[in-house]
Amino acid sequence: MISTGGYLVQLTQLLVFLILFPLIAAFFLLIARKDIEREWIVKLSTLAIGIVSVFLLITTFDKGTLLEYGVPAEPTGLIMFIIEILIAIYILYLGIVHRKWLVVGLILVQSVMMLYFELVYAHSVHVQANLFIDEFSNIMALIIGIIGCLICLYSIGYMKSFHEHHPEMKDRRPWFFCIIFLFLSGMFGLVFSNNLVWVYFFWEITTLCSFLLIGYTKTEEATNNAFLALWMNLLGGVAFVGAILYLAMFAGGVMGLDALISTGSVIALVPAALIGFAGLTKAAQLPFSAWLVGAMVAPTPVSALLHSSTMVKAGVYIMVRFAPVFDSTMTGYLIAMVGALTFLIASGIAISQSNAKRVLAYSTIANLGLIVACAGIGTYEAIWAAILLIVFHAIAKSLLFLATGTVEHRIKSREIDDMNGLIVRMPKIAAMMVIGIAGMFLLPFGMLISKWAAIRAFIDAPYGFLFIIILAFGSALTLFFWTKWMGKIIAVTSDSTNIEGEVDKSEWTALVSLAGLTFITTLVFPLLSTKLLEPFLLANYGNIAQISQDNIIIMILMLFLIMVMPLSILLPRRKHRHLDPYMCGRPTTQDMRFSGSMGVQKKTVLANYYLDTWFGEKKLKTLGIWICSAMIIIMIASAVLFGVFL
Amino acid sequence: MTYLAKSPWLIHYDASSCNGCDIEVLACLTPMYDVERFGIINTGNPKHADVFVVTGGVNELNRAVIKNIYDQMVEPKVVVAVGICACSGGVFRECYNISGGIDKLIPVDVYVPGCAARPESIIDGIVTALGILEEKRKNMTNVPQKSADNSASHNQNNQSAGGTQ
Amino acid sequence: MIDLILAIVFVLVAPVIGALVAGVDRKVTAHMQGRVGPSILQPFWDVGKLFEKEKAVVNETQIFYAVCYLVFMVFTGALFFAGGDLLLVIFALTLSQVFLALGAFAAYSPYSYVGAERELLQIMAYEPMVILTAVGMFVATQSFNVSDIIATKVPVVLVIPGIFLGFVYILTIKLRKSPFDISTSHHAHQEIVKGVTTEFSGPTLALIEVTHWYETVLLLGILFLFFGWNPLLAVIAIIVLYLLEILIDNTNARVRWQFAVKSAWLVALIVGIINLAALYFLSGGVP
Repeated sequence: MISTGGYLVQLTQLLVFLILFPLIAAFFLLIARKDIEREWIVKLSTLAIGIVSVFLLITTFDKGTLLEYGVPAEPTGLIMFIIEILIAIYILYLGIVHRKWLVVGLILVQSVMMLYFELVYAHSVHVQANLFIDEFSNIMALIIGIIGCLICLYSIGYMKSFHEHHPEMKDRRPWFFCIIFLFLSGMFGLVFSNNLVWVYFFWEITTLCSFLLIGYTKTEEATNNAFLALWMNLLGGVAFVGAILYLAMFAGGVMGLDALISTGSVIALVPAALIGFAGLTKAAQLPFSAWLVGAMVAPTPVSALLHSSTMVKAGVYIMVRFAPVFDSTMTGYLIAMVGALTFLIASGIAISQSNAKRVLAYSTIANLGLIVACAGIGTYEAIWAAILLIVFHAIAKSLLFLATGTVEHRIKSREIDDMNGLIVRMPKIAAMMVIGIAGMFLLPFGMLISKWAAIRAFIDAPYGFLFIIILAFGSALTLFFWTKWMGKIIAVTSDSTNIEGEVDKSEWTALVSLAGLTFITTLVFPLLSTKLLEPFLLANYGNIAQISQDNIIIMILMLFLIMVMPLSILLPRRKHRHLDPYMCGRPTTQDMRFSGSMGVQKKTVLANYYLDTWFGEKKLKTLGIWICSAMIIIMIASAVLFGVFL
Repeated sequence: MTYLAKSPWLIHYDASSCNGCDIEVLACLTPMYDVERFGIINTGNPKHADVFVVTGGVNELNRAVIKNIYDQMVEPKVVVAVGICACSGGVFRECYNISGGIDKLIPVDVYVPGCAARPESIIDGIVTALGILEEKRKNMTNVPQKSADNSASHNQNNQSAGGTQ
Repeated sequence: MIDLILAIVFVLVAPVIGALVAGVDRKVTAHMQGRVGPSILQPFWDVGKLFEKEKAVVNETQIFYAVCYLVFMVFTGALFFAGGDLLLVIFALTLSQVFLALGAFAAYSPYSYVGAERELLQIMAYEPMVILTAVGMFVATQSFNVSDIIATKVPVVLVIPGIFLGFVYILTIKLRKSPFDISTSHHAHQEIVKGVTTEFSGPTLALIEVTHWYETVLLLGILFLFFGWNPLLAVIAIIVLYLLEILIDNTNARVRWQFAVKSAWLVALIVGIINLAALYFLSGGVP
């Protein structure tokens, strides 16, 4: 008993460290004015966070769910409440200054609800353990701790050249890094909190950070998009408070995640639906997808950190947490359907996009949709697929974002068509990008394993055939837009030369680490599955999902092949004669110019297909917004119907 | 015998022909003559082709194209000039813009005269070309060759085929 | 479960069978057109010739992609014939196809570039139906493993007739037969010259031809699964279906890619929903 007690104290220290340490780093970053100071603070603190998050995994390994009683609810809750009020006042002020009345209205509604809860019900709520850790939290902590920190590291180099490229913008880097670390703290808090009120607090912190970072450049577009993100997330926040109030009023103040989930859909369905709604807004599912696409105006590390690998994962995190509640309920299916349709429609829109960051944004929305679909279905197989998707998507997508950011600074463009022949111009960065893209949709890599898992999960789910058909079509669309992008990068243009030079060290470290992680996670995936996912599924569902031994061997074999094949380029081979590309017999110059009629020199320009008439953003989005909104309304209604009246 | 002779793929280029010979070349592919019996395929792509079939007397605009197509063909390759215009310029020989025969530009291996050349003689010409193709294969090294460098060696192989001249 | 011997047999025998199928294809086509046609062994000679030709490329990376195309196609086929997981087979097949498209992209020539984009459109057109085929097999036999599907006593084609028809429809695309030979065709030249294969020549092109042989055998193998409970019937069905494909090839003009993609999707959507929904409800909601 004593050893267990000592162990829990250590655990408390670890969790509290991960939540508070980034705050301390944020404070120092705010006051550090010199580049070199900032650089070292970021490097050291990311290292510390990374190490501690791995250490946390080691200490809690194989121990199942650990509830943590060390942090007292009373004073902490009060501090949180005060901070919440301050945030509300701040947002209220900004909303009034910028005349964003929707934001003002939502924050008022939210604050009034929260105040009512605090004053009337807060005392009747008793949660024994405010913090907790289990395998899923561990995985999330690793994503935040490792990927998040790599992105922070990358930001050092990126933000420096960002301000060199944009001299017209005010250099507010201390503020930038401060918010980034604040955000890390918020994310750690979110995944470690067992108390729903705490979850809500951290949830609002991430919303605020996202808002501040999208508006970082202070251009008109950035400000507008920041407010767009804000009101959509606040809408989710209102739903979240609604869930808390409901629990306090009708469910006797059950606020612990553990308790709530174990009660099943009897009392938890309505709050689960409301929190599911909040999750949909945060995960940018279809009626709310606009904010994530708009957020692409922010500097690239923000897009990578918040809008692909971490913050949006908060939305799906909470839905996966509540998945046992959704299991075989109509509410769950409707949420799953919203996710599945978002997957299909966003994948389609991604085809029509020529801007790399927008393609990434829509692909993110699509993959989150798939995760939501799995969470909504809520069977053990689906959850298995969902968590795999969260992990692999975080790695591959952050790699892609960072690579795109680096390329963007070099070629001064985000257009995919401008990335022509990148393999010749910047072979190293292009290789990273190709790994990222391959990681998103090709076989031996994790994302495809997860999709595979999703197909198997859907087959066993009621009405699964609908989801399978959507998934089949969505995957086909995904393949199209990724491959055509990859084709652009690997095209060997004869007139280009290597202009790569030296890549910034911090950027390069992040890129290589993430590319390495893409491979390593795929290799150790069986371990990840047996040691982390299976215990989690066993504890929550009493059942485990896995891939058979044979298939794992085959996949490792393929991964091996994929890694070995490029080495064949190094083999000595007989010299090949080089032919010009076939231009219908027209003689061309080195840079693919040919003389057209009247002796006019024309340059050959090859561009991708965008199929705008089929997959036009406007058309598909409008369609998606209507269908998904209708589904969400029915979803809430069904939850109320089943949860309250039946 | 190598596989080359069993699978000659050809590319047909109309260098300002009157279309008479072109029609006859295409006639070879019809069920009546069916050159696919010999494995002959009209690929329309120099990079896949072994036999370059040219009709017409080559005007100024064609010159670069013919050279380009010839260069893009992969060794071993043979050129068959079909029709009297391709062989020598024919009645257009003296025209201000006519080069007067394919061999002014690229080495020709087989001449198939006629106006228009008859399908039988075209087939005969191509089958003759296959022998040359094999020979070239024997002498081939994998050294990159430019059309200008080896025109002398090609000319030794020049033969006349088709009979009616 | 994974039978290594069968995999090795596939690697060795499949190109022979694939080439013979291609040879018969050309012979039958010729007869349909009232011609004598080439020898049945013609595909061997074609590939033999290509290996005899000079090594020439637009750039060296093309060779890498062509080799990957072949290697992963062989891998896919071996996995299939060894009785592996059908979904895995399908995803590996996609990987292989992607390499072909990348090879065409890498050459950066207008014709192969358009060919590559069209190749991707084709993949996009048939991919949903291929996935639904695997799922249909699972619903019919309760297993994704080819070895289990082949051993089943369930008349698969009668359980999933809709999916079977859908698969036959996209088979035309996969075999690059007219009317769906939009990215490249085997012999006829077309508006984009040779599409994806335009810039491949000599030995590199030979690799692609050999890969096509493997692919044909793999596709016929998937057809076999529909009739797995009765091997004799399966062989007859494969022969009849292949002759049907040749007939379609010879009697249809090439359609635009828009039609190819739309029709393939429509077929997949209709047969997918009807067939899977019928099975779902007939089995009382438990698939």
